[in-house]
Amino acid sequence: MRRPAAPLFLARAVYRQRRLRDAARLLPIFGFFLLMLPLMWGSAAGAGRVAVYVFGVWALLIGLAAYVAPGLAQPEADAQQPEDA
Amino acid sequence: MPFNVLVLTCLAYVAFLFVVAFVVERRASRGEMRFLRSPVVYTLSLSIYCTAWTFYGAVGSAARTGLEFLTIYLGPTLVFVGWWWVLRKLVRIGRRQRVTSIADLISSRYGKSNLLGVLVTVIAVVAATPYIALQLQSVTLSFSVFAQTTPETWVMPDRDATAIWVAAGLALFTILFGTRNLDAKEQHHGIVMAIAVEAVVKLVALLAVGIFVVWGLGGGPVAMIERIEAYTDPNWAIQPGRWAGLIFLSAAAVITLPRMFQVLVVESVDEAHLSRASWAFPAYLFAMSLFILPIAVIGLDRMPSGTNPDMMVLTLPLQEGQGALALLAFLGGFSSATSMVIVETIALATMVSNHILMPAWLWLRPQAALSGNLRGAILLARRLSIIMVLALGLEYFRLSGGSAALAAIGQIAFAGMAQVLPAMLGGIFWRGGTKLGATLGLSIGFATWGFTLFLPSFGAGAAISAEVLQNGLFGLHWLRPQALFGSDGMDPLIHSIFWSLALNIAGYAAGSLLSFPDPVERIQGAAFVNAFDDELQAERLGWTHGQAEPEALMNMAQRIIGDEAAISFFEAEARAQGKAGFLPDLTPSFLAGLERNLAGSVGAATAHAMISQLFGRATVTVEDLMAVATEAAQIMEYSARLEEKQGELSRTARQLREVNEKLTQLSVQKDAFLSQISHELRTPMTSIRAFSEILAEGDLPKARVAEYGQIIHTEARRLTRLLDDLLDLSVLENGAVQLNLTLSHLGQMIDRALAVSSQTRPERTFDIRRDYPSEEIYLRTDADRLVQVFINLISNARKYCASDAPVLRISVRQKGGRVVVDFIDNGAGIAKDAQGLIFEKFARLSDDGRAGGAGLGLAICREIMANLGGTVTYLPGQRGAAFRVTLPLRMDKLVMEKQDAEKLR
Repeated sequence: MRRPAAPLFLARAVYRQRRLRDAARLLPIFGFFLLMLPLMWGSAAGAGRVAVYVFGVWALLIGLAAYVAPGLAQPEADAQQPEDA
Repeated sequence: MPFNVLVLTCLAYVAFLFVVAFVVERRASRGEMRFLRSPVVYTLSLSIYCTAWTFYGAVGSAARTGLEFLTIYLGPTLVFVGWWWVLRKLVRIGRRQRVTSIADLISSRYGKSNLLGVLVTVIAVVAATPYIALQLQSVTLSFSVFAQTTPETWVMPDRDATAIWVAAGLALFTILFGTRNLDAKEQHHGIVMAIAVEAVVKLVALLAVGIFVVWGLGGGPVAMIERIEAYTDPNWAIQPGRWAGLIFLSAAAVITLPRMFQVLVVESVDEAHLSRASWAFPAYLFAMSLFILPIAVIGLDRMPSGTNPDMMVLTLPLQEGQGALALLAFLGGFSSATSMVIVETIALATMVSNHILMPAWLWLRPQAALSGNLRGAILLARRLSIIMVLALGLEYFRLSGGSAALAAIGQIAFAGMAQVLPAMLGGIFWRGGTKLGATLGLSIGFATWGFTLFLPSFGAGAAISAEVLQNGLFGLHWLRPQALFGSDGMDPLIHSIFWSLALNIAGYAAGSLLSFPDPVERIQGAAFVNAFDDELQAERLGWTHGQAEPEALMNMAQRIIGDEAAISFFEAEARAQGKAGFLPDLTPSFLAGLERNLAGSVGAATAHAMISQLFGRATVTVEDLMAVATEAAQIMEYSARLEEKQGELSRTARQLREVNEKLTQLSVQKDAFLSQISHELRTPMTSIRAFSEILAEGDLPKARVAEYGQIIHTEARRLTRLLDDLLDLSVLENGAVQLNLTLSHLGQMIDRALAVSSQTRPERTFDIRRDYPSEEIYLRTDADRLVQVFINLISNARKYCASDAPVLRISVRQKGGRVVVDFIDNGAGIAKDAQGLIFEKFARLSDDGRAGGAGLGLAICREIMANLGGTVTYLPGQRGAAFRVTLPLRMDKLVMEKQDAEKLR
């Protein structure tokens, strides 16, 4: 009945996957931060420059999400086999 | 372009959509859903986020306020890019609990409460009605754009008539494909495919207009950016509050809008599609927004001033003489509007029928749950709801006159639906959220939103009098709708979002913290919050007390989900229980599964109510919940105890095994000892007997007699010595030896030992090397016994050292309260594999008769040293035989007692 405790150390593949999930969680926070930056530019920046920046950030977020997504969709590798080192 | 061509194109397009939906429905019913199950269709269906508000209104918004329109697409981008946080969990819960709408989600989470379902439904209908009106308005507007420019005198049907025709067409489509069947899961494959097609059309249309504007009119992207950069308008400056606030608002809207929830969660066929949509949907939004700003800037530049910027996507190509492009743009806008209305209507109709009409009907006719045509009633309720929702939108459009800017209406609707956000997120992440908290938060938020944003949006004096707007409710200054609590420096929209959500969250938190959830709520809360923990999803509690006949349940299920589906469900459940036939036992897990199945058609609250009607309202109580929890805890404790006991048993078994091995070894040793000792005794006895027989015969010369007598004497002495040794050994081993502790000088003891042992092979001269100063130690020990050990060791050296010039080195050292005496000779030493044996009884190495001992000497030494609290060991690696004697400097009673204790053990 007692549930097996989570292993203390993980195999490399599982470890990588967990960090990938952390990255996926951080991504919107990172994006929000970047999107708030134009607010500090003042009126010196014209709409064109801001637009180019915002679309650039947007494309970056899409690219990062596309890079991260396939790894996230995988089911977690077998966590029961700890690896040395 | 002739107006009737436009109408014909439009009708042809609609007919095409009907065909698509029809074909897909046909194929889905035959189980051919390969393409439908692709992530592409899922992503495209999400694009109903982009309504006519996006298609037409974004350009208008960009023309008025510059980049602010982007916020509406950046919020959803952040939510989708961060899908691991919320969306994944929502979709998982939606699929597991068979959620049919956002109202169902909230109602199901908070104890299948129908009150909450009604509340969310009301909020959704109030917020969405203007939004649906907006879509109708955009379609009529776009028709009128063409009507104005058409050269012929084709009579433009009046505005209302167009809207009525469009609404009627949409109602027909929605009823046809939205209420064809009552699915166990509220999914509409035909409609999803149709809106996916429309998503492509609107994207292509907007991109086509954008490309024409940038490359055809604007002179390429670089020139376009310069042009935007050069454009100056004070309204275009980014307002930080609105920028951040609208990003937040749109992020909230994308998960709470009924139509988004419908395609995102309810229509989801595969959770894995979400990972693809996480970047593909933001990419779609990116493409939709890319050309908005250029279209707005060129439009402002080229169109006569006073043109409605909301229609520029259409009017700009028309003015430039691009009729075909304008037609495409028209179709794009038409697609945006119709797909939104269809899905929104389905979502709202599901809520209205599941949470308002059906419960009301069951309340009015309680016996309906037991008999009557439920299926027909539900479908009828659905159809009525669809017509009602569309009629509401149409009526709003006719009354309001459709004057307000498109973007404003959209934002008001967003802010209204965002009120569901605290209850939703709290529900899936916080087990402490309760029904009372959710009810309180939702009602306060809804009221604040209505007072500060929705009602004032009709204009001063329409819904809220100018007097109240100016001086506050009841003349209280701090209750002014657009400056609550004196906050009059805020943008009205941000002001409303801020206060409504702040009060909403406060109400939710306070209500949750102060109330106590009922059992169903707690079960549902655990199931929602731990959606990814499969173990906790197991049915722990359900319908255990009441009684119902399986036939009655089957009858009811048939009347809701249909004969075939119900029978196959019951049959599968019966088979899973190992029963033949169609009627499974009413186990809690079967009932929970049945309830979920019914919930997929009529919502969690209604399904729960219907089953409880059959069961006589005997559902769980807090006590049951506690009992189950206690039972589980007891089982866990019991198994833990079993585990412990098992560990103890295996430990004992291991110990027994070890003891058994030792006993076996001892038995073998004893046998060996007995056979050895008989051999040792027998040899001298044999010779004594033989020689004494010879002597007894007489007639021997005197010299012979003396010789034989000598032999007999020697052998008898050897026997005696052997027996003495054995006796000694047995005394020592039993620890029965009496030690005579005195203070003695180590050097003198070694002197004594050397003197005695010089008797052994006196013919050999030994070079004894000693270090006298180091021997100046007084030991408190049994001197005689210790000397006995020394004698034994020195005699052994004398006996076995094979060197021609034998040397014996005796070195003494003190080490931490212990004395170490080493006896090292320069002989051949002892072979490594024999080193472990020499202290065993009767162990003699390559005995060629020189020794004449019984091989008990070292065994006795070992026992003596053990009795003296010390050891004697063989010291390897000294280029000769070397023995180390270690003993305590002061042997005291304590040591002896300890030894006694060890002996006894």
